[in-house]
Amino acid sequence: MIARNEILETNQMIDDANLDVRTITMGISLLDCADSDIDKFNENVYNKITTYAKDLVKVGDELAKEYGVPVVNKRISVTPIAIAAAGCKTDSYVSIAQTLDRAAKAVGVNFIGGFSALVQKGYTESDRKLIASIPEAMAVTDFVCSSVNIGTSRNGINMDAVKEMGEIIHKTAEGTKDKECIGCAKLVVFCNAVEDNPFMAGAFHGVGEADCAINVGVSGPGVVKKALEQVRGADFETLCETVKKTAFKITRVGQMIAREASKRLGVPFGIIDLSLAPTPAVGDSIAEIFQEMGLAEPGAPGTTAALALLNDNVKKGGVMASSYVGGLSGAFIPVSEDHGMIEAAAKGALTLEKLEAMTCVCSVGLDMIAIPGDTPATTISGIIADEAAIGMVNNKTTAVRIIPVIGRGVGESVEFGGLLGYAPIMAVNKYSCEDFIARGGRIPAPIHSFKN
Amino acid sequence: MKKAVITVLGNDKVGIIAKVCTFLSDANVNILDISQTIVGGYFDMIMVVDITDMTKNFDDVSDGLAVLGDELGLKIRIQHTEIFDAVHRI
Repeated sequence: MIARNEILETNQMIDDANLDVRTITMGISLLDCADSDIDKFNENVYNKITTYAKDLVKVGDELAKEYGVPVVNKRISVTPIAIAAAGCKTDSYVSIAQTLDRAAKAVGVNFIGGFSALVQKGYTESDRKLIASIPEAMAVTDFVCSSVNIGTSRNGINMDAVKEMGEIIHKTAEGTKDKECIGCAKLVVFCNAVEDNPFMAGAFHGVGEADCAINVGVSGPGVVKKALEQVRGADFETLCETVKKTAFKITRVGQMIAREASKRLGVPFGIIDLSLAPTPAVGDSIAEIFQEMGLAEPGAPGTTAALALLNDNVKKGGVMASSYVGGLSGAFIPVSEDHGMIEAAAKGALTLEKLEAMTCVCSVGLDMIAIPGDTPATTISGIIADEAAIGMVNNKTTAVRIIPVIGRGVGESVEFGGLLGYAPIMAVNKYSCEDFIARGGRIPAPIHSFKN
Repeated sequence: MKKAVITVLGNDKVGIIAKVCTFLSDANVNILDISQTIVGGYFDMIMVVDITDMTKNFDDVSDGLAVLGDELGLKIRIQHTEIFDAVHRI
């Protein structure tokens, strides 16, 4: 029998601490849509997505109602288009992005990920076409998300792709400059991209996945913060135990929703992504957790340690709560999507360099960071290379989702709206890395990749 | 048996239990357990109910209880019990 206090505690987590299931993401393979005729391919893609995902939003809403826990986003990830469309005889993949956008709108999801290429070791012709199509694709679609994997711990870093992505990010910003350069908020450059990530903008459905799978991303920074309020001033053992127990509870909700969604949709359950994902709302912030731990602002000395223990204990608590854990799993630190991070960046407590250090121990990387529009493309490539090096050497996923805001500089801000939030434009190191980026070629795999 | 938990929170007044129970009876929902406290005029009730033979669909019952709550100035919510088991039981 459930105890009265357990019922009240659960509902307090939902009502007062913003506990929610952040996303139910349906991964759909497009490998069987292949056709040399691009129009036929687009038709196959549209039909498959709208057939498989037709009940996704309905089921997500039903579950939210029956269990009384919000299911915030319903989304779709697809096979990287550079792979799925490789057989198409065409020069541009923009029409495919438009098809994905149309399919997303038809089924009512708010993002579709997988306009992606995996080029960690080299390009295929299809990869080149996809990457060249990104700026226009991001400009003419609303819900399509794009990602490019430019390195892995196993393969090293493709520095040609790093160079090119600096330019592509710039072009994408230019192409959407009348919409706050929002194209760049839907474009991620990865090292060690994962194939079952349910979170946007980096979600895609890997080629090792089943035809269709349900992946669920849980959230709940507010729940962790509320729990930590109860142990103010206690030692690190108590702090870590509290995070762990809270992460367990949060993940159990995600696991239950994932199982039930999988059953109702008749699609296999893939993974739970144990992530603390903030939103711009007060009480749903990673920065507030840092403050509760005892840091005046995120970015203060101690922040990397605080993030490391948070990330580690979220995983320790969450792993036992779910039968399959995957995706990115950890604490996200997107600047524009967390009001505490935004404030810290605006007052200079949090700098790009500190964020880079934090990405060594967070779940992903430099996320949703606005920089001056006149930042050279080679400097953006340098930032990508640094981030990829952290991922490659530490065997973790790292990413760069950075927005050069055209026509604006440090001290100004950019407003994306909704879950993407707003961000102060942060200063970037002025010294050039142009000659370094211009070298081209690949950085070989690190020594610890040779594990066989 | 399919069970659900109904929570009612808000300021105390005459007839809360009567109105909630009448609504549930109309939907053929059987009440298994009621626990209620009033602290400083604040009313807090938890009911465990059997919804196996419920004659209305869950959506309508959920919305109907929310509307009844608005009329009475209370927050009334119905949830499947699994969420509480998931969070608190291994």
